[in-house]
Amino acid sequence: MNFIVFAILALLAITAVAIAKLRELWAVIMFTGIYSFLSASWMIILDAPDVAFTEAAVGAGISTVLMLSTMALTGKAEEIPRKKSLVPLFVVIVTGATLVYGTLDMPHFGSPDAPVQVYPDPSFVKRSEADMHGLPNVVTALLASYRGYDTLGETTVVLTAGIAVLLILRRNDEKDEPTQLAGNKTP
Amino acid sequence: MSAFPIIRIITKLLIPYILLFAFYVQFHGDYGPGGGFQAGVIFASALILYGLVFGLEAIQRVAPPIVIEKCMALGVLVYAGTGILTMALGGRFLDYNVLEHHVLPQWHIPSGQHLGIFLVEMGVGITVTAVMTMIFYAFAGRKQTQ
Amino acid sequence: MTFESIAGLYNYWVVIFLMMTGFYIVLARKNLIKSVIGLNIFQTSVFLLYITMGKVEHGTAPIVPPAIAEQQSHASHGVGENAHAAIEHADEAHEVVHEVAHEVALTVADHGGELAHASTEIIYSNPLPSVLMLTAIVVGIATTALALALVVRIREDYGTVDEELILELDRGE
Repeated sequence: MNFIVFAILALLAITAVAIAKLRELWAVIMFTGIYSFLSASWMIILDAPDVAFTEAAVGAGISTVLMLSTMALTGKAEEIPRKKSLVPLFVVIVTGATLVYGTLDMPHFGSPDAPVQVYPDPSFVKRSEADMHGLPNVVTALLASYRGYDTLGETTVVLTAGIAVLLILRRNDEKDEPTQLAGNKTP
Repeated sequence: MSAFPIIRIITKLLIPYILLFAFYVQFHGDYGPGGGFQAGVIFASALILYGLVFGLEAIQRVAPPIVIEKCMALGVLVYAGTGILTMALGGRFLDYNVLEHHVLPQWHIPSGQHLGIFLVEMGVGITVTAVMTMIFYAFAGRKQTQ
Repeated sequence: MTFESIAGLYNYWVVIFLMMTGFYIVLARKNLIKSVIGLNIFQTSVFLLYITMGKVEHGTAPIVPPAIAEQQSHASHGVGENAHAAIEHADEAHEVVHEVAHEVALTVADHGGELAHASTEIIYSNPLPSVLMLTAIVVGIATTALALALVVRIREDYGTVDEELILELDRGE
């Protein structure tokens, strides 16, 4: 039993609750970075170093910078205190309880005969031994070769999202007329 | 940021290593953890760090938006181009085994699969770097309006 | 509810807790940036769900130790290839074999000859969830950036990022 796991999981849960509770946006964004780092640590323990890498760089690095620049652009508007409603809490508890009930039939953590481990038989690790001519990282082989079409699609999605951000945010400095969004009412 | 000499100097010290690490992750991705997605994100975070500390003009001199913009599409082009190349050589789309005649064993690319994965990861790396940097430019270049 | 099932299912419960926290933020908080953060937390918990399912007990990361991978590559060399390529690379292959033989000899010396057994005994965790989540993370940040860009535009047009104030403005009050 790895006891570091439980420390990380406890910290993850505390961080998530802190994000939900806090109202100051600056602190929330910082906690989001911490949350990403903690989940990256858990991913390392779960034998997924490739994913942990990406999560640490994306979640704690780029995502934090983007949120902070959004905050700089929109102003540190504090949330307006409102009458607390119990409806969201109720919805969340009911949904959570249903999901927990659903997990009771799930294969146990780490069990080697879970459907996930059994289905592609021979597994990709075995297949890559024969197909890949000594490429050690199975994740890379799977990403770029076995699932090459999928990755091409994902890359295109990243490109499309980038183009969309540029279309929304880029301003033509030469022309003074502001770009109008549909349904824009205030000048 | 000129008021913070420590931040400036530490950033200057760190950035070469971040860039080197990004290249390591990119080109060593088939031997250890890593690949195009990770390398792209790490490379972009080095550029963004430079932009945060030294200002948008400084980073746009190093990586002009007009070049980065082209790179966004270039990466996908490299990826899809690899697929077209394999088709032109008589295989199926993204069937790297037909690249067997063009391998470079002296560069540790001993088979068609290695070469195909190398090219494809390169395309992914270029696109991800360019898109992340460009998104940062778009956010940082926008003035606050009241 | 035995201890065994708690030990076997705790990972799902942690993930569900994180997921529901994200869901709660989306439902209860009216600030648009906060909602995007809630969605991010939800998203990360889905990544974690997939990754926990890929883990195998006593497994290790799905990266074959390079020495073993090279061995396997030479064992299967030429199986799926055409003969022409094999001839073309005979010289290089020869060189590589020497290099590998040297390397393997060193490793064998280090590990006392356990290497040959090791290649069959290593248990690897499932690489498939890693691959799926790897691409999902990068696509996720790209779409988050898109959401934040929309938030910036909304703030410029409406002067606020509060959901209810925006609705009031839309009703023309």
